[in-house]
Amino acid sequence: MPPSASADPRPGAAPSGADAVLVGFARALRAAGVAVSSERVHAFLRAVSVLRPGVRADVYWAGRLTLCADRDDLERYERVFDAYFGSGRPPVRAVRAAPRPRLRPLPREAPDGLRGGGDEDRPGPPVASRASSAEVLRHRDMAGLDAAERAQVRRLLAAFALRGASRRSARRRPARRGAVDPHRTVRELLRRGGEPALPRRHARSERPRRVVLLVDVSGSMGPYADALLRFAHAAARARRTEVFTVGTRLTRVTRELSHRDPDLAMAAVGEAVPDWRGGTRLGELLREFLDRWGQRGMARGAVVVLLSDGWERGDPRLLADQMRRLHRLAHRVVWANPLKARPGYAPLAAGMAAALPSVDAFVEGHSLAALERLAAVVRGADTGGGGTATAGGVRAGGTGPGRGGSVVEGAGGSGWGEWEGVERA
Amino acid sequence: MRSRLEETGYLVDDGLAVACFLALRLHRPVFCEGDAGVGKTALAAALAEALGAPLIRLQCHEGIDASQALYDWDFPRQLLHLRAAEAAGVADAERLERELYDRRFLIARPLLRALQTQPSVLLVDEIDRADDEFEAFLLEVLSEFQVTVPELGTLRAEVPPVVVLTSNRTREVHDALKRRCLYHWFDHPGFARELAIVRRRLPEVSERLAEQVTALAQALRGQELLKPPGVAETLDWARALDALGADEADAELATATLGAVLKYREDIDRARGLDFAAILAGREA
Repeated sequence: MPPSASADPRPGAAPSGADAVLVGFARALRAAGVAVSSERVHAFLRAVSVLRPGVRADVYWAGRLTLCADRDDLERYERVFDAYFGSGRPPVRAVRAAPRPRLRPLPREAPDGLRGGGDEDRPGPPVASRASSAEVLRHRDMAGLDAAERAQVRRLLAAFALRGASRRSARRRPARRGAVDPHRTVRELLRRGGEPALPRRHARSERPRRVVLLVDVSGSMGPYADALLRFAHAAARARRTEVFTVGTRLTRVTRELSHRDPDLAMAAVGEAVPDWRGGTRLGELLREFLDRWGQRGMARGAVVVLLSDGWERGDPRLLADQMRRLHRLAHRVVWANPLKARPGYAPLAAGMAAALPSVDAFVEGHSLAALERLAAVVRGADTGGGGTATAGGVRAGGTGPGRGGSVVEGAGGSGWGEWEGVERA
Repeated sequence: MRSRLEETGYLVDDGLAVACFLALRLHRPVFCEGDAGVGKTALAAALAEALGAPLIRLQCHEGIDASQALYDWDFPRQLLHLRAAEAAGVADAERLERELYDRRFLIARPLLRALQTQPSVLLVDEIDRADDEFEAFLLEVLSEFQVTVPELGTLRAEVPPVVVLTSNRTREVHDALKRRCLYHWFDHPGFARELAIVRRRLPEVSERLAEQVTALAQALRGQELLKPPGVAETLDWARALDALGADEADAELATATLGAVLKYREDIDRARGLDFAAILAGREA
């Protein structure tokens, strides 16, 4: 019944020693980064035993079906299988893996202020001299912290919580008022032996929306990437949160961040992310995100937060297109830009300017206080202005992709706080 | 396995044939992932037909819970029974209670029905839409093939059903669930296989039209589209052209019926830029 296949390329692998060969293969696969548990190995051996252990294609498919758990595993599986059992291709079509981004060397052209560590320009409101050190730290730009301060910020970051704006769910919960709950009412009647009782009621419950964080780990975000990822770690404790890193490639790090201990989680992320401090290809990676995850449902109705400075090395038009696409899918698109807090900042970076028309809320992300505000925006609690400027929120007329386009040109320096309040119509 | 599936009109490749074979032999669920319209759900229907077993489908959605997926008590009937017993003057309260929680008052929802129907094929569709609490609960059912009803005890399937789970990857399904399954990734089929599928599923469509539509669909998949057409869309397209009475497609007809394959304005704009005539001609050569 199993499918046809070519002969065994390793005739030496007799049934007795075959298990050792298969276990060795599973071990090689684990070394290559596929999460192969012993339970899976057991399933693999059982699967091979009911097929034809000597037939290459059967071993290939038995392993692929039992040892892989994700599309991302398939590419590694192919590679390890070829290496382990010789390179004669099994009679199957190659897995169409997601296009791997080409890595190319890019000039690191971070703005000067970042390079120098931003010592001179630490924005933030004037701080009362008696304020606690934690309070001072809350408003400090994270790019300019020393080691001790950084450690303290890390502790504060660990206490963060990020909760999506709530939405009505399909599930109903017992409630004081609302529609009559037939189940509980009848159950109550039953309990009383059929005597009339007060009707029980239920109402739809609220659930937080999914939050998707896209954290830029490119070179220009260097001073902030660690803190933002720690922020993401704290946020990912809520179960409906997904985290990706973007740089020269897109990496899903939700699983790595699931470690309870922030330092362990950061180490796991460090291993998983291949493109620390490289360039940024926001548009292309955003497209990859939308193609592989977003459009299927991850971004639908979610609050999507981009933590990036908006330095785009690719075509800004592509970014603009993809941002429009994201805007149509997501409930809200929030962009947190650490550079926004710098005096005289205007979103002139090509990527940022292209993205802004499709952004519902544009916030800072340079300090703890700014991240607190970001959390409030994500929760949907922050409706007014605030931050650097509050006076007279500029609301661009109309809705749609063109909204706010002129504001990008018109406003410079301060005044970007108004973006935070712009609600979707 | 393969030939039995193919008799139902569902063409499988090597990997899928092995997956189905193992699912039957090892009693493991098959966990299917892949783009929309590549035949994940159709697999369950084909398996059911091939095995001569009823297909029991559980469509997952947000907020699905045990009383919708597993079982529920038939309260109105219990109430009626209670009234009838009262009218008849039954005094033994304990016996009455035992009677109330009898199998006949149990409404079997899809999962329980699948365990009670033997043999059967259970399709748990779009598992990623359900909450993760629901996954944990599915775990007991799929690993032990049994259900515990507090009032009745444990109900076990003598012959475990064949289980197909599908996911669109909107969120990561928990490892504990995946670990108990065979994982199969559905790719878009190559030209020959897709043509075979079109011919098999739509015998009324002329051979030439089937070839042309398949070639066009394959060409469209090569473009960077928001939603590349699946096999289901190819079939729709062939059906649409056939309904127009076409025996062969030309560029004009293909453009006019693009709405059957592409569902985004951006995609249609992009496809309009393609030279359909050249693709069709290239196929001829």
